[in-house]
Amino acid sequence: MVKQGSWVSITRTILTAQERTASLPEDTSAVPFVMWVKGYLVEDAEIGQPAKVRTKTGRIEEGILEEVNPQYELNYGNLVPELLSIGDDARAILFGGEDNA
Amino acid sequence: MRKDMSYQAVMGRKTEIIKASAGLDFDQFESGSLAFDYEGMMASTGYTFDEIRRVQAEGSVGNTPLIELKNITALARKFAPKGNGARIFIKDEAANPSGSFKDRRAATAVYNAKKLGFKGVVSATSGNYGAAVASQAAMKGLKCIVVQECYDSRKVGQPEIVEKARKCEAYGAEVIQLTVGPELFYISLRLLEETGYFCASLYSPFGVAGVETLGWEVATQVKERTGKFPDAVVCTNAGGGNLTGTARGLLRAGCHAQVIGASVNLKGLHMASDNQFNRKSFTTGHTGFGIPYSTWPDRSDVPRSAARPLRYMDRYVTINQGEVFYMTELLASLEGMERGPAGNTSLAAAFSIAQEMPEDAIIVVQETEYTGAGKHIQPQLSFARDNGIEVSVGNPDLEVPGKSIILPADPSLLKARDLDMNKTRASLIRHALATIDHKPTSEDIRFLAQEVKSTEAFVEETIASLS
Repeated sequence: MVKQGSWVSITRTILTAQERTASLPEDTSAVPFVMWVKGYLVEDAEIGQPAKVRTKTGRIEEGILEEVNPQYELNYGNLVPELLSIGDDARAILFGGEDNA
Repeated sequence: MRKDMSYQAVMGRKTEIIKASAGLDFDQFESGSLAFDYEGMMASTGYTFDEIRRVQAEGSVGNTPLIELKNITALARKFAPKGNGARIFIKDEAANPSGSFKDRRAATAVYNAKKLGFKGVVSATSGNYGAAVASQAAMKGLKCIVVQECYDSRKVGQPEIVEKARKCEAYGAEVIQLTVGPELFYISLRLLEETGYFCASLYSPFGVAGVETLGWEVATQVKERTGKFPDAVVCTNAGGGNLTGTARGLLRAGCHAQVIGASVNLKGLHMASDNQFNRKSFTTGHTGFGIPYSTWPDRSDVPRSAARPLRYMDRYVTINQGEVFYMTELLASLEGMERGPAGNTSLAAAFSIAQEMPEDAIIVVQETEYTGAGKHIQPQLSFARDNGIEVSVGNPDLEVPGKSIILPADPSLLKARDLDMNKTRASLIRHALATIDHKPTSEDIRFLAQEVKSTEAFVEETIASLS
């Protein structure tokens, strides 16, 4: 049970694949148009069940409760070794002592 | 009675929703044919250039440093014909409060929203503009909703867009995240109607007039520093507002520098494709926006876009993804400036174009953008690799958007590739003609000549060749 007042994210299907009418590539028209929004839970609710939230602007949104205290999963990724020598090579051309022109 | 909020019903109310939320009646500028009063629309902000500068200064926006990239210039000269290699300057727009030139566009719009008594602003954007609107709204105590296309159908988000959501939330904004598709516009309209907030469109006269200060600062700062105006200014081109506003500002300062648009080459990728959404490593500044918005500006969220880049563009070049990432690394390791990759699209182009120009010429890159986790070459290339893109070092000419990213094996391989300007101009004329069911009037012909920065004879020849 997630307590009222918790900071959560909810999700809702805005248009099912069948309801999408805009001209779309085939792959996009085969999937629903989905929304996520965060807010404070209005009443106690269960993950995966319908829930209401009050958003930062004070609006009420409804959807399926997805995450409590939703995380920012950002990082710098796996090291890309191809980047390592770019600066060194350029410095060698520029400051290498020899005229490379 | 509750309003019908279905897709069809809301889209049907589009005109009235925009009219109420944009604080502007676009109908007043229409001629009844394809021509419309562009300058009249630009003047409709009700703010003079000096007032816009004052509004921006109040929002701590603008007057960013102009930096000469001496090492990058020296490197370009190593590969240029003898006597060539223009001095490269960069305008460090990352120094604006939210980290990009978009603050200039947001400052005027948000100021106006507050003045007109709106309680909040809505902005539909996945990019730096959302953060800029959120930042300005935070300063002025207005509420803010940012609507962004963020995820594919597996809920995998572009690192750059996920970072932008974080930044908007840091400024206290509500962020609506959506899967891929143009129905974003429907959500945006629905929110405008529900909240009664101001529509802070990127394409409104406010959004573009705000960039004029950037062009003006470029011209005046270069002149102060070097005693003359720049010879060329390179603008990263997507929706067209950056180039349009900058060019107008240059002219306002009396500077007639060549205006060059640069976009990342994403040829072959469909912008509304769910599968391809995470196979591109640039979310803006690319040809997927740059070409359609240049050749038909009136496809945005306002009836008439204030961003009309072909009115000002002298040359349009593309640059490959690997070349922009490479340049981003060079900016850090040669100049000690770590900045976000998207802002370096025009720098990559300038590095190549400077080699065509004499040593005493000056070329200006008119923006940088902030960087951080998600919005950085390292996570963006790592993400590309995770999504099946082959990342390698070699000849960038062989890069295939959506399949590979090729970092140049050495600086000589970095090349700006010209698009055919007359073909681009003809494309705009073709799009414009499709909006009327009669012969274009003489006013239309004059208007089209201005729209494509060419002559009435060119417009007439193009029309003849189309029919």
